[in-house]
This record gives sequence, structure tokens and C-alpha cells, in this order.
Amino acid sequence: MPLEVKHLSHTYAKGEPEETQALADVSFTVEDGEFLAIIGHTGSGKSTLLQHLDGLLRPDAGSITIHGTVITDPKTPKVEIRRRIGLVFQYPEYQLFEETVSEDVAFGPKNLGIEGEALTQRVDHALRLTGLDPDTIGDKSPFELSGGQKRRVAIAGVLAMKPDLMILDEPTAGLDPQARQELLSVIGRIHKEEGNITILVSHNMDDVARMADKVLVMDQGRAVMFGTPREVFSRGEELEGIGLGVPGVTALIRGLNRKGYHLPEELLDREQAAEAIAAAVQPMPNVPDAQGQRKG
Amino acid sequence: MIRDITLGQYYQGASWIHRLDPRTKIIAVLVYIAGLFIVHSLLGMVMCTVVLAAVIAVSRVPLSFILRGLKPIFIIILLTFILNLFMYDGRTLCRIWILTITWEGLYRAVFMAVRLILLILGSSMLTFTTRPIGLTDGMERLLSPLERLGVPAGEIAMMMSIALRFIPTLLEETDKIMKAQQARGADFETGNILVRARRMLPILVPLFISAFRIAQDMAMAMEARCYRGAKGRTRMNPMRFAKRDTAAAILMGIFLGACILERIML
Repeated sequence: MPLEVKHLSHTYAKGEPEETQALADVSFTVEDGEFLAIIGHTGSGKSTLLQHLDGLLRPDAGSITIHGTVITDPKTPKVEIRRRIGLVFQYPEYQLFEETVSEDVAFGPKNLGIEGEALTQRVDHALRLTGLDPDTIGDKSPFELSGGQKRRVAIAGVLAMKPDLMILDEPTAGLDPQARQELLSVIGRIHKEEGNITILVSHNMDDVARMADKVLVMDQGRAVMFGTPREVFSRGEELEGIGLGVPGVTALIRGLNRKGYHLPEELLDREQAAEAIAAAVQPMPNVPDAQGQRKG
Repeated sequence: MIRDITLGQYYQGASWIHRLDPRTKIIAVLVYIAGLFIVHSLLGMVMCTVVLAAVIAVSRVPLSFILRGLKPIFIIILLTFILNLFMYDGRTLCRIWILTITWEGLYRAVFMAVRLILLILGSSMLTFTTRPIGLTDGMERLLSPLERLGVPAGEIAMMMSIALRFIPTLLEETDKIMKAQQARGADFETGNILVRARRMLPILVPLFISAFRIAQDMAMAMEARCYRGAKGRTRMNPMRFAKRDTAAAILMGIFLGACILERIML
């Protein structure tokens, strides 16, 4: 199994008044090249889970293994974990610190011991993958860039470490709609071109439905659902019960079904849904052609 | 590591100490510190320790929580102890190479270390049992007589409450940035001091930028709510002395008297 999370548990502030169980017996597996989305509202344990995946926190119990490397084993060298796993935090542009964009992107791979020509290549490649031109932007100060560009630089900084598993924690938070769309397509392209495992934390169910192969639903530190977007989003009532929504398409179909239609709720593709709805909705009486066909 | 710093952290509670007027507590801490420097014998130090122990017991703040605040300054206490150990002439206790430990040195070392520990624990009891807002309000009121001399007490108090308010925020921010840089393979745990100092750069630059951003947002939010200086502002909860404050004042008076007596008599 490329990524295997087994019975992961973590408690913050053990033995103190503010003790909270952030993770409780979380297990799931992700195959090579798969795109996993994690959803769950604030405080559901998402961030804690991500920090475990990157070895920044140690679990009380359970294990995480990626391609045979046991992340949760204290004996695993940190460099080995970093080589395997790249974590892009929320608002990653706040971690930029170097004088030029290229130097900042080079920080990660340099820490892995990569130097010289190989380093330059990695930096340029990572910048291009995020849709930035290393020749025009490489020597600029990262602080001169726009918000969306800064974020791409920060993502390139993790990408340049060539991780087997790339984790993005709400990468589109705070971006305008256009920058959001662009960044999402960049993420999709990176996933396709690099062929690695991608984990995306998102609050936007439409993005999740469109991009993910698998969805993990977190609630109060537990993994309450795990499956394909179709499987997960067909359980709309349960999702709403834990304060989460469904994609726009699903919401529309569910709304129609409440009005007496019988449409398949697991449809996520807009085109397919549109066809299904068109087929189910009664033809308008003042369209003679359609009426004729019906009667015929 | 960052979570160990407890100074300036409030421990939620409703004890007698918690409910005292912040002004009483500020003065009590000043009296206590004065007492620590007045006493000059081990007996006096024992008295100070007992007083602090009583305060801790009444406040119901767990001891483990209080002692955690000592961890970051442990080195300073140790250094004070060692320096004092070798600094005094007197009856030889033992010799290590060219250094001599004397009975007097040992006595001084223990005395100074205890004084330092009590000093820190005593003043952190104030922040454990008083909300930061109460603390700065209390300071403002205590400083307000100086306003006639041109001391901007209100502004000072506002600056302090903002600074206090943002300590946890900045700690959180530091924690986040550290983790983000660690995720990029940064190593803060190995290497000599110079190497480590240089490695702090990836934390310090983003932290400064964050601090400025937060300050700007804060200034804008305050202006948006028509903040035009502290002059003429009224309080939501005006402070009033209660009976327990009188009791506390009497107890602190007795403590101070005992300290002075110890100084004169022993």
C-alpha cells in the first residue's frame, strides 16, 4: 500500500483541563496516483491529521506508512520523511522569507542536500509546474508578487522537494474566484504530471466532487466516511448532519427529489446531471413538438 | 517548547484570589517583591515561601501548571546558583580544581536561587489569576494620578493590553511558521549557536512580516471603531474595591511588617 494510515489517535494537552482528543482511531489507505480530498468542518481533526502525515506531530497510537517508510517511527530520519511528503500549509505565502523567488523555492530541496545544476533544474521545473516563468520571476523578491503568485511560489517551494505525497491544506483560501480556478487547475495539472498522491483539504464540495478520486470525511476526530465522491455525496443527509454540505449538483438533484422526482443522487458530473434532469422533467405543455413525441 | 512559556497566561478560576480587584493584586505583588528583597535570612525566605504556598493553595491553580513557567528560566537560576556558590569567602566546604566552595557560598547560592524562584512564581501568580484586561485596567488606574504629570497612562495601558493580547497570537504564528519551515526540511535542533542563529532566519522574517500585518490590521480595526486615544473613555466594568480587598490589604500589611521586623531583629 502506498499510503496506509492505521488506527491513528492523538490527544492534545493530556492531563490538563483543556485536554481534547483530536484524532480517534483514524484508518484509511490511498493508492499510488490517487487524489484524496479531506473534508470536515473546523476542529474536526483535519489539520492534526495532516501534521501527523508530515511527521510534525507524533501519534499516541497507530501508524502511518508510505511506500514502506514508517512516518510514525521516531527512528525514521526526518530528511527521509521530508523527501517522501510535502505539506503546504494554509496561507503558505506567509512562510516566504528569501530575497528572491528562486532562492525561496530552493530552500526545501537544499535542505534535502540537493545542489548545483540539479537544484536549479528542480526550482525551474517546480516554478513552471505552478504556471510561473522562472526567467521573469525568479530574481524578483517574493514580496513584490500578487497574493495568488506568492501562493504559487510557496507551493513550488514544496513541489521542488519532489514528494511522493503532496498535501495541500485549503490552498485556495482567501483567493479571488479567478485565482482560485487557476490554482485548482494548477493543482490538477501537478497531480497528473507528477503522478504522485495528492491530498487536498477543502471546504468547497464542488471542487472535491470534480477533482478527487477518494473523499475522507472527518468529524470530531473520527474518519466517519471514506469512499469515492459518488459514494460519499450520496449520503447527503449524514453530511448535513455533521455540518457539511454537498456539491451544487447534488443539492439540486436532492431538491428536485424532495419535490417528487426520482433522480439518482450519486450523479456528480454536470452534463450527466443536466441530461438526467432534462429527461425526468415533464415537457412544457406549450411545446407542441415535445408533447407530440410523448403522446406518440 | 513554545507552549512551556506560561508567563502572561491566565488560569481560569473563581477562587478568592481570582476575584480580588486587579489593583489589590498588583500592589500585593509589589509588596511581595519588596518583601523578598527586605528579608536577609533563611528564616525570612521560609516565611516568604510559606506565604506564596498559601496564595497558591487558595488560588487553586495546579502546582504543575505553575512550575512549568520556571522551565524556560531554569538556566538563569542554575547560573545564579553556581556563580554564588564560588563567589564567597569563608569556611571551606570542598575544592574543585582552583575553585573553592564555602559554606557561606552554599548558603548564599541557595538563598539567591530561592529568592529568584519566588520572585518569578510570585509575579506569575498575578498573571495566572488575573485576566490580561483586568491587569492593564488595574495598571491604568494605578498610574492615572501620574496623568497630571503628562504620563499617558491610558495609552500605556492600551499598548500593554494589546501587547499582552498578541503574545499568544504571535506564539501561535511562530509555531505555525516553524512547522511550515520544518515541513520544508528546515532543521532547528542541530548545529552550533552560529549555525542555529542563521537557521532562525526562515522563522524571523515571516514572523516580522506577520507582526507588521497584524499591527496594521489592528490599527485599522481600532480606527474603524473610532478609537481616538484613551481620553474620556469609560469602562464596561468599573472597578470597585470589596471587603476581600481590605482583607488582602491587611494581610499584605502584616507580611510587610513581618519582613521589616525580620530585617531589624535578625
